[in-house]
Amino acid sequence: MRLPFGLRLERRLEEEGWLKLAVPICSIVLALALASGVFAAHGLNPALVYGTVFSRLLGTHTGLAFLVIKSIPLLLCAAGLVLAFRARVWNIGAEGQLLLGSVAAAGLALFVLPDAPACLLIPLMFLAGFLAGAAWALLPAVLKAKLNVDEVITTLMMNYIAYKLVEYLIYGPWRGKATWGFPFTDIIPANAQLPLIPGTSIHWPTLLLALAAAGAMFVLLERTSLGYEVKVYGGNPDLARAVGMRPGKIILICMLISGGLAGLAGVGELAGVHKRLKYPWTISGGYGFTAIIVAWLARLNPLACVLTATFMGALLAAGSMMRASFNVPYASVSVFNGLILLCLVAGEVLLRYRVKLVFYRREEEGAGP
Amino acid sequence: MSWEAAGHILHMAIRSGTPLLLGAVGEIYAQRSGVMNLGLEGIMLVGAITGFATTLATGQVWLGFIAACLAGLALALIHAFTSVSLYANQVVSGLALAMLGLGLSSLMGRAYVGQPMPYRLLPTPVPGLADLPVVGPAFFDQDPIVYLALAIALVAWFVLYRTRWGIMVRAVGDDPASADAMGVDVYAVRYACVAFGGAMSGLAGAYLSLVYTPAWFEGMTAGRGWIAFALVIFALWDPLKAILGAYLFGATEALQYFLQTSLGLSAPLLGMIPYAATILAMLVAVSETLRRRVGAPAALGKPYIREERVL
Repeated sequence: MRLPFGLRLERRLEEEGWLKLAVPICSIVLALALASGVFAAHGLNPALVYGTVFSRLLGTHTGLAFLVIKSIPLLLCAAGLVLAFRARVWNIGAEGQLLLGSVAAAGLALFVLPDAPACLLIPLMFLAGFLAGAAWALLPAVLKAKLNVDEVITTLMMNYIAYKLVEYLIYGPWRGKATWGFPFTDIIPANAQLPLIPGTSIHWPTLLLALAAAGAMFVLLERTSLGYEVKVYGGNPDLARAVGMRPGKIILICMLISGGLAGLAGVGELAGVHKRLKYPWTISGGYGFTAIIVAWLARLNPLACVLTATFMGALLAAGSMMRASFNVPYASVSVFNGLILLCLVAGEVLLRYRVKLVFYRREEEGAGP
Repeated sequence: MSWEAAGHILHMAIRSGTPLLLGAVGEIYAQRSGVMNLGLEGIMLVGAITGFATTLATGQVWLGFIAACLAGLALALIHAFTSVSLYANQVVSGLALAMLGLGLSSLMGRAYVGQPMPYRLLPTPVPGLADLPVVGPAFFDQDPIVYLALAIALVAWFVLYRTRWGIMVRAVGDDPASADAMGVDVYAVRYACVAFGGAMSGLAGAYLSLVYTPAWFEGMTAGRGWIAFALVIFALWDPLKAILGAYLFGATEALQYFLQTSLGLSAPLLGMIPYAATILAMLVAVSETLRRRVGAPAALGKPYIREERVL
């Protein structure tokens, strides 16, 4: 059976510049429109929701600061994911790698060096966080590099193991003395807490690190031989092998760097936002998954991630506000996430193909597929 | 450990393995046709809440299962459209579907959190067989969905290896250009397989919310969608092996509760077992793939673009 009409896709000979910008923007608009429909179907007036959230987010200082705070971990995770995705290494484990960064920072601040001065302790926490995040990516990286084990599944499983690890720590050995029975650790000492931009709650050391990470990934990709290898391997693994590049090395480096950057984000969340280890989802909050969209929305360009991280940060902040104002579960922000990513990935086709609606005539129909 | 305890663990392993088996058998068809669907986790969640809400509204457990199937099918069609018709990147499209499913289910389920489920699907012992020692209660004193999942897996195996349809599915996944030249509608086969996979994942979700738990809470599938995906690889894309694999994975979940009650180990640490076992299973699958030279369908993850086919 054949429909009397269908889509015909014709390959474009060259990519059109304006489409590279139009596709992400249209994806966002379409996703917002589709999400309106979803919200309306669940008895929420989309105009009211968007209006309230928009005015509170962009109209107040706290709203703007909130947006920046949400963007920081997204940018750090996404900068690393860009590197990994360029090599077609699907690290979906930023969530767990971030949590390990938090665990490392909390352990250092609470138990190892609680009395060290801030100028020593804070850099050490970031170092430990980077190493912990990278270490959490090590097993999937080695399995992928040596045995070609699918990294999507292994990194995802490491996320769940990280959730359980944090649960174990906060319910077990690290449970605080002054938490009234809540599953938290104690608050980290003042010298381990990140300094804030005066008058806001923005932890600026992590913000600077995030911007630096985006810049560093750009330099790495565009100005170094390793970046060249990453791009060649990502574009055509067989070619990369044929010209003597070592895929194992590329996979390992991409995974470890992206894991480490996610770990840094975890340090920022712990020492700059929560000040203690809490329930895992409270700390990681889906940043690791949302960062996938940040990277993809930026068309895997690390500098563009600054812009897209801000946008997705606004969306996450909006999600938190919707929970508070409209009693909508926080996870429903994933409706946006999923829709944007779907529209984006579907829109890719427009960059490479001209899409035409065609009507089949009777005789063509008879000719069969 | 007494025989009774062994039978009890086996019983729980089969129950825990049933949603994994359903998800995996559906995904085996999708992947055999060349489309990888990473959205199982999201589809299962939507299936879970759809089944729960429908049953609560109608009082009919079976209607809940049917609605969950349809919801899963509809969601999977989105993935089929982007990855088959629009040649989209299947990894990203699947992940997007997983996120969408998570969001949709939490939005749909906000009024249902903490609600009890008064309608139950009772165990239906198979007459005669249920009285056997150990295996009787483990295999033959289960609820109807356990039997249904087993039957689906067996039929899926038969269709895949012993019928014309199965040959078509495998041909489309291994060499779509040749299949096309032979007159097989590659796109239609892929759509059908992805849709079937979605329906099975929806069913798996409803099993969790209606029978296994039975309740609805956010993110209740707890990674079972991803584990089912891993199971496909572990089973080397064979529905018969998926039966064994699913019950083995289910056993890790059952073992976790057994160890917690008998040895008093920490629940979060034991909770890592199924996920760690999944990583281990992936390792086993890889060595098995190398040893027996069977692997993923050759065209898995590659969009079929008709104009570019090499004749």
